[in-house]
Amino acid sequence: MEKISFDQLQEELYHEKLENGLEVYILPKKGFNKTYATFTTKYGSIDNHFVPAGKKELVKVPDGIAHFLEHKLFEKENGDVFQQFSRQGASANAFTSFTRTAYLFSSTSDVEKNLETLIDFVQYPYFSEKTVEKEKGIIGQEIDMYDDNPDWRLYFGAIQNLFENHPVKIDIAGTKESIAEITKDMLYECYHTFYHPSNMLLFIVGPVQVEEIMKQIKDNQAKKSFPPQVEIERKFESEKEDVSEKKLVLPMNVHSSKCLVSIKATDTEKQGEEMLKQELTTNVLLEILFGRSSENYDKLYSSGLIDDTFSFDYTQEKGFGFAMIGGDTNSPDQLADEIKRILTEEKSSSNITVESLERTKKKKIGAFLRAVNSPEYIANQFTRYAFNDMNLFDVVPVLEAIKIEDIQEVGKNLISENRMAICQVVPKS
Amino acid sequence: MAVVSETIKELSGFKLHMVKTDKFKTNTIIFKMKAPLQKESVTKRALLPNVLQSNSKKFPTTGKLRGYLDELYGATFYIDLGKKGEYHTISFAMEVANERFLSDPTPLLKTAIDFLVEVLTNPNADGGEFHKETLEKEKRSLKQRIQSIYDDKMKYSNNRLIEEMCKEEPYSLHVHGKESEVDSIKGKDLYDYYQKALAEDELSLYIIGDIEEQEVEQMVNERFTFSSRTPHALEKKQPAQVEENVIKEEQDVKQGKLNIGYRTNVTYGDPDYFALQVFNGVYGGFSHSKLFINVREKASLAYYAASRVESHKGLLMVMSGIDNSNFEKAVSIIKEQMQAMKNGDFSDEDLIQTKAVIKNQLLETLDTARGIVEILYHNVVAGQQIQLDEWLQRIDAVTKEEVVQVANKIQLDTIYFLTGTGATK
Repeated sequence: MEKISFDQLQEELYHEKLENGLEVYILPKKGFNKTYATFTTKYGSIDNHFVPAGKKELVKVPDGIAHFLEHKLFEKENGDVFQQFSRQGASANAFTSFTRTAYLFSSTSDVEKNLETLIDFVQYPYFSEKTVEKEKGIIGQEIDMYDDNPDWRLYFGAIQNLFENHPVKIDIAGTKESIAEITKDMLYECYHTFYHPSNMLLFIVGPVQVEEIMKQIKDNQAKKSFPPQVEIERKFESEKEDVSEKKLVLPMNVHSSKCLVSIKATDTEKQGEEMLKQELTTNVLLEILFGRSSENYDKLYSSGLIDDTFSFDYTQEKGFGFAMIGGDTNSPDQLADEIKRILTEEKSSSNITVESLERTKKKKIGAFLRAVNSPEYIANQFTRYAFNDMNLFDVVPVLEAIKIEDIQEVGKNLISENRMAICQVVPKS
Repeated sequence: MAVVSETIKELSGFKLHMVKTDKFKTNTIIFKMKAPLQKESVTKRALLPNVLQSNSKKFPTTGKLRGYLDELYGATFYIDLGKKGEYHTISFAMEVANERFLSDPTPLLKTAIDFLVEVLTNPNADGGEFHKETLEKEKRSLKQRIQSIYDDKMKYSNNRLIEEMCKEEPYSLHVHGKESEVDSIKGKDLYDYYQKALAEDELSLYIIGDIEEQEVEQMVNERFTFSSRTPHALEKKQPAQVEENVIKEEQDVKQGKLNIGYRTNVTYGDPDYFALQVFNGVYGGFSHSKLFINVREKASLAYYAASRVESHKGLLMVMSGIDNSNFEKAVSIIKEQMQAMKNGDFSDEDLIQTKAVIKNQLLETLDTARGIVEILYHNVVAGQQIQLDEWLQRIDAVTKEEVVQVANKIQLDTIYFLTGTGATK
């Protein structure tokens, strides 16, 4: 077991890679009541075209299947795993993102039992035709719920504008039509391909005894046998540099309009420290341009173009990335023009001063300290970082090292008219 | 396991609540103002904190104010409006890094308290009026916020249920006020209202973190002074006559939103309040509860089906998103499950399981500074002094008979259904 210390943060992280390939991390947190554990596979909505375990040919699976599998893993022959967790005083949950599926629990007692339940339920799949059919009604309602949600439609519309081929444009839950095709055999095929321990990471954070927990996990894994680990072959179609659609307007049953400008990122093959630097620098750039202390924000707010729903965000994973800027507005076209104007004018970042850079770095460092109060944040983000060969605890030193030239380079690479698109939600007339 | 301990000090015109803990890397400061919800003041009260957090005399633009916070290692500062029973609460919240984890030793807690004092006591106002442009932009923003409630159908249908159910009660007022009243608010009206609120509201200041209590008390005492007051507690009302009422509303939506309101006739501080919490856990609070199992898992009607308790008004709200055509089916399952609770149709195992989950949830809430304040503030709202370890003991002590008894106090009041166009029968 390896111990990694982060002196400034006064945290210690323990790590071991087990024989079957499973990565295990434990972060003891004193003073906290709760222990939070996530068991995550590097498998999300974008992994829809791959060579299944034990086969040679590529297959394409229905949209929404990773999320469907996540739902179904909770149901076993003898009932529902949620029940078992609550009998043990824990609350359990799961989520599926573009690139990950995570199963988790938090509890303030019976941690060993709950950890055993978590590992075992994820590692013993049970799918039947009957339960698969039943789930279609439940997920169908989840899809309808998101369809009525203007913020979700706006966000996904903004992504769909950017990508022509990349599966990130597929809604994570799929559609009612696509999930209708899902069968139990398909679920098993996806499961056996992506849920091998060597494609997974277990993270535990809380007031735990490190040695005991590590031993428990090892004993648990030693009792199970898995096929030898193999490299997973995924296929992604090539994606052009330009956006797929410049503008999408969604008339909905709403009273306020919404507008998002999205930008398709370049250089998204990076991993490790290079990726961390690009991601953090892009975030700092957006904060300087659009943060609440920026002149731009003040002007947009004072002129009545935005309200406090205005926000911005940058997402980067291996193979795709995008920035989003916008919010509720009375004049969606005017806001889109303004955002694009600001971006274009600041492409060279010549107006960015050392003072604003230093101030923004301070803000980001403070935000990171706030975030590491949260066991959920640590476990989920650490896992995402680890899947991209980055280390969450490098955030502060990498932030501190960002220079004006780095901002300028990121601005130059990111901002380009041909990679920008507009998505709007407007009231149906 | 350490349960939070709170130190309360009566200072000039307000109470200081301190919780010392070393589990966070930040310190949290929350200032709360509480007054009865009233038709005459609700919109002004909603606008007020927005104007105050926008700028001040020392930081005359939002950019300057926010820039200063960035310099304090991205101290967060936000406002929040709440409805606790028939009180309207305003919170000003700050979270600031503990300098112990930084290479820069600036005393951030003290600086943050100074900042809060600046915002509260040195607003951008002249001659008894708030700054005009600031007022106008915050009015615009507030109107947009009120408008956008319509767009979030889950929130919208919950609001509509409360509007219908509590028609004759102040509780039906919305925390953000009324859109039609925003325009007419003048800088002077709002300033006068602020003076009145400062003089009459019940004021509470919470400071949570790795603090030295004496030092903090002194620091606060030197900086905050308000006139003394006796906040008046609202009288407890007799339970209203309750009759089942069904409201259906049509809109262009894919999914129907079903919201059902019950009167619990129990509020925080009542002897059976903890039995009500356990009731809610067995009935609809969790993913092992009757509603989740029967509406979602067995009947496959919904993605979410849950209930929650409003502790100070005495309401139980059930919510579920269902297909427009499944209204009758869903309502009948929800009613059946309520009847089962009243009949005592649940096992000891259910009870044990629920208590374990409630205790777990409570302890988890105490792992965030905001959560600590939310739980402790119940005592201020209800004029109680229930300690946190007492919460845990009293949840544990609840018996099946008490749950059945409390179930039988619960009355169905209003069924609200937001349904797709053309789907109403």
